Amino acid sequence: MRKTSLNSVTKLAKKDKRVLFIGSDLGAGTMDEFRESYPERFFMEGIAEQNMIGMAAGLAMDGFIPYLNTIASFITRRCLEQITIDLCLHNLPVRLLGNGGGLVYAPLGPTHLAPDDIALMRALPNMTIVAPSDAMEMQEIMKQTLDIPGPVYIRLGKGGDPVVFPKGGKTKIGKAMQLREGRHAIFISTGIMTHKAIVTADMLAKKGLDCAVLHCHTIKPLDDEAILSAASDFPLIITLEEHSRVGGLGSAVVELLADNGPYPRLKILRLALPDSFQKNYGSQDALLEAAGLYPKKIAKTLLNTMFGA
Amino acid sequence: MLENPTTPKLIYPDTPPLDNRSRQLRKLVLRAMVGGGRGHPGSALSLIEILRCLYDDILNVKADKPNWDKRDRCILSKGHGCLALYAILSDKKFFPASQLDTFCHFDSILGGHPEWGKIPGVEASTGALGHGLSIGVGHAIAAKLQKRKSRSIVVMGDGEINEGSVWEAAMTAAKHKLDNLIAVIDYNKLQSYGPTKQVMDMEPMTDKWQAFGFTVIDVDGHNMLELKKAFKKPPIDGKPTAIICHTIKGKGLPPAENNPTWHHKSRITPEQLEQLYQALEEN
Repeated sequence: MRKTSLNSVTKLAKKDKRVLFIGSDLGAGTMDEFRESYPERFFMEGIAEQNMIGMAAGLAMDGFIPYLNTIASFITRRCLEQITIDLCLHNLPVRLLGNGGGLVYAPLGPTHLAPDDIALMRALPNMTIVAPSDAMEMQEIMKQTLDIPGPVYIRLGKGGDPVVFPKGGKTKIGKAMQLREGRHAIFISTGIMTHKAIVTADMLAKKGLDCAVLHCHTIKPLDDEAILSAASDFPLIITLEEHSRVGGLGSAVVELLADNGPYPRLKILRLALPDSFQKNYGSQDALLEAAGLYPKKIAKTLLNTMFGA
Repeated sequence: MLENPTTPKLIYPDTPPLDNRSRQLRKLVLRAMVGGGRGHPGSALSLIEILRCLYDDILNVKADKPNWDKRDRCILSKGHGCLALYAILSDKKFFPASQLDTFCHFDSILGGHPEWGKIPGVEASTGALGHGLSIGVGHAIAAKLQKRKSRSIVVMGDGEINEGSVWEAAMTAAKHKLDNLIAVIDYNKLQSYGPTKQVMDMEPMTDKWQAFGFTVIDVDGHNMLELKKAFKKPPIDGKPTAIICHTIKGKGLPPAENNPTWHHKSRITPEQLEQLYQALEEN
C-alpha cells in the first residue's frame, strides 16, 4: 500500500507540475524515480517534521500541492500544532502520507505505533482523512487526492495487505462502499480491518448469519447518509478499526447516530483497540489478536451480543 | 515574578529620537488599544521602526492588490506584535484606519493575533510561535521554483526563537541556499516572564545564526537609516540573511519601556491610555 501510494505521487507529479514531494529522512532509495525525474520538486528535509509542515504550507500558499511522507506517529503527533494552524486553519492543499497507521510498527513499540492518528486528525476542521483497505484502492484514492482544496491525511498500511477492493471497482473520497450485502447485521469498517470484516462475515454466513460490510475508506468527512441508512436498516452495527476506541471510526459513527437518533432497536458494538499503550511487540497481527480483533474472535463477540454467551 | 530582573543593556545608546512618523504609527497602536481595551503594547512598540522600514522602503507589495503573485512575502511570525502590523497596514491603506477601533471586537477582522484570509496584507495566521520561518522557507523555495524575484521576510521575537522549530527552519534555509530569505529578530531582550538573559538566554545570538548558515547583520532596530542600510544589503554567497534588530520593548512610551508588565495588558484603563498618549507627546 505504501509503495503504491508513493508511486502514485510520482505519477501525479508527471501529470501536474504543482505536485511536490517532501520526505523527512526516509529509507535509502525511497522515491528514487521521483528524485531522478523531478529533482527540483523533490525534498528530503531531515528529521525536522515541524519544519516540513510549515514549509509545505508556504509552498501551498504559492500554488504548489506538496505530498509529505514519514512515519504516521511523527507526522501526526509531533506536528499537531503545525498541521492544525499551518495547514488546517489556512485550509491548504497539503497531503500527509503516514506510514504505518495503527499497529504496523509492532516490533518497534509504542513510540512508533499510531493507534491515535485518526482521532488526532479528526479533531481538526478542514481535514480529510482516508484509510484505504489495500493497494488497489489506494491507487484509486490517490488519483483523487490531487483536487481536494484542503489538507488530506492518508493512512498507509504495511504493504501486501489482502486485496478486498473489487476489480474495476469505483471509489470516491467521502463515499462509503458497501462491499457485502446482508440483513442480520452490518460491519462498518475502515483500512485493513475491512478485510477482517469480510472474512468474519464469510464465517458467519456458514452459520446462517447474513452480515453486510460497509467500508469507510474516508473517515472524514464521514458518509453520513450511508451510516444513517445502515442504522435504520440493521438491528446491529459493528464498527471495526485498527485504532484506539477513543476518537476513531467507532466514535465518529456513534456521534453521528447520537445526533440523529433515536434508534431504539439498534445495538452498536464498537470493536477497536483499548485506550491503553501497547505492552507487547511481535507483529501487527499479533497485537490485533491480543485486542480480539481477528475474525474468529470478532465472530464470537458478535454471536454473544446477538444471542447471549 | 523574578525578584531582580535585570534591565537590558543598551547596545545602541545613541538612537536618534523618534520622528513624527514613528510617533504617528505609535498613535495608531494606541488607537487600536483604545478600541480593544487590551493588547501587547510592549511587543508591538519595539517593532514599529522595523515594520516602518520594511513597508516604506523595502517590500514590493501593493495595498490595492494584496495577493499580487510577484509581491514580497512578509510574515509577522511574532503574531502578538500585531498592533504594530495593523498600524502600518492601515497607514499603507491595506484597510481603513477605522478598523483599528474594532480591535478584538466580536466581528472585527483584527484579532489579538493576525489572521490570513481576513486581513488584507497579512501573509499567515500567526500567534503560536515558531511557525513563521518554516512558512517563509516555503515561500522562498516557491519563489525560486517559479522564477519570481519575490523575497521572503520573516519577523520573529527573541523569545519566539526559543522554539526548536525555528532552528529546524534555519537549517533548511541554509541547506537550500535561500538568499531570498531574510530572518528578522526583534531583539528587545525581554520576554513575557522577564529578561531573555534570565528566562532563556539566546546569546551568543550573532554566532548562533552564523553557525546555522546565515549572513548576520546587527543593527539598531529604532534607527531608520541603519535599518534601511541593513535591508538593502545584497545577500552574500547564496546565504540567507538574519538581521538582528536591537530594540527596546515598549519603545517610545516610557511607562512601558523595558517593563515586562506591559508585555500584555488585558484590562487597560482610560487613565493608563491617557498616560501613554501623554508620554508619547513628551518623548
